[in-house]
Amino acid sequence: MPLSTQSQSEDVQDVLVANLDNARSLSNILKAITCKDHAIFTATANGLKVTVEDCKCMQANAFIQADIFQEFTLKDDIVVFQINLTVLLDCLNIFGGTPAAGVSTALRMCYRGYGYPLTLFLEEGGVVTVCKINTSEPEEPIDFEFSSSNVTNKVILLSESLKEAFSELDLTSEVLEITMSPSQPYFRLSTFGNSGNAHYDYSKDSDMMELFQCNRTQTNRYKMSLLKPSTKALAISCKVSVRTDSRGVLSLQYLVRNDDGQICFVEYFCCPDEEVEEG
Amino acid sequence: MKFRGKIIDVACLNHFTRVVTTISKLTKTCVLRLTPDNLFFILSGKVTNGGVGMWCELLQNNFFDEYQMEGVSSEFNQICLEVSPENLSRALRTVQCAKSVKIKLTKKHCACLTVAAELPTLSSASRVVTHDVPVEVIPRRLWQEFKEPVMPDFDVSIYLPPLKMLKNVVDRMKNLSNFLVIEANLNGEMNLKIQTDLVSVSTHFKDLGNPPWGEDASQDGGPSQRGDPELLAEATVDIRKLQQFLVGQQVNPTKAMCSKSNTLKLTMKIKCSAGGSWTH
Repeated sequence: MPLSTQSQSEDVQDVLVANLDNARSLSNILKAITCKDHAIFTATANGLKVTVEDCKCMQANAFIQADIFQEFTLKDDIVVFQINLTVLLDCLNIFGGTPAAGVSTALRMCYRGYGYPLTLFLEEGGVVTVCKINTSEPEEPIDFEFSSSNVTNKVILLSESLKEAFSELDLTSEVLEITMSPSQPYFRLSTFGNSGNAHYDYSKDSDMMELFQCNRTQTNRYKMSLLKPSTKALAISCKVSVRTDSRGVLSLQYLVRNDDGQICFVEYFCCPDEEVEEG
Repeated sequence: MKFRGKIIDVACLNHFTRVVTTISKLTKTCVLRLTPDNLFFILSGKVTNGGVGMWCELLQNNFFDEYQMEGVSSEFNQICLEVSPENLSRALRTVQCAKSVKIKLTKKHCACLTVAAELPTLSSASRVVTHDVPVEVIPRRLWQEFKEPVMPDFDVSIYLPPLKMLKNVVDRMKNLSNFLVIEANLNGEMNLKIQTDLVSVSTHFKDLGNPPWGEDASQDGGPSQRGDPELLAEATVDIRKLQQFLVGQQVNPTKAMCSKSNTLKLTMKIKCSAGGSWTH
């Protein structure tokens, strides 16, 4: 592959080098969390985590494990930088968003460290594009302190069941209300918009419900504007887990399969808008 | 002044329509120049057009089965008309299934190019549909503005990569910057580069091939492509104009080439298999 012969002498100085035969494995999942311009990239031996935050109360993370990459080399224990996500996506898709069948764009990412740009080498059909994107000082991502031990309610649904509901969400509603309960209505999504109230109910016995673990009734509201972007992650996922903890903080985890059938995860955290009395 | 042409072949009609449609995406008005052998669609590269010019030359023989033309006089046997290519394109697009299409210069309430199409019907009688596309006759004293552009002495002339790929790359670059630098050399290498405060992107095309000297018959003396083949000639263009040109491409070119001269002129030339060629 021509890309591996590029800048051999620079390899010694790069703290992060990552190769992908198919750049879409990265660009598709990044599209699912693009709701703000800037993203924080955190690279560890496990792989890449890309974080986007909004209003200090919503956070979206995309996880691309190291074994998804054809090469993933890290010189430090942890490498962190902040970068403009929209620019990065334009670069990853430089040869066009919808490739012809059987044609893929190969990607090599190199980062030399603090203060250096992120360098991308993309190749398709013998044509090479080199991008250097400026990085900036990463902001500290929020720690929502969401722990599995504090989870009150959890369901896992097949994504296709939620896709219809999310695509029809009444956007004139300022909030999306999620009710989880060991008794009826079990799992309910509600909106309160100009045309009235709408409820989407999912029974615990439904075929679409893969797991149902609800201990006590909780109803929480979340700002619609913060959760609407999660629809993009839902669209490319096959399963989604919905969890709330005792504070009403919401965790949505999406299981995404890429073109090669490999698994990646996208996770959304969101703080509740207001607490409604628990039943 | 008289003009009457008839197209019978459906492939010719289709090709002619696509050429006119491509032009309609580049400019709102242009000049149609008719001579005994050719049709030219011309946009003179004036400042009012943003410096962008266009010259499209079609051999009438490749499209028309019948072609009769009488110019303003026997000495000046040409007709120059100002026309909106969008209007002409729209008329042609609605008659793609016609048995025959006649294009005539007529005088209705004003001068018009009348497109008269004979459409097939279930019965034996034909249906004729007529479109009148208003045109303005350009007086002879203004004709010198529409002469064939002189090909300047080029530094580099190169064949373009597949237009679809070029368009994809230019579309993405347009999201990142307003201006693009095109570099090309005589080794068949071409680079597209953008540079802003946030990002720099460069796309490298190889093995594109360079057209040989004096390839274009209309050039006198041919371009002087001398010097180091590795040396890159460079031109900076407004991406939106480049994108506009690429978006309009509906004809499938057999060759597309880009030439740059040291007078900072960038010429893109597209040759189509039916023998039309044009520069921009």
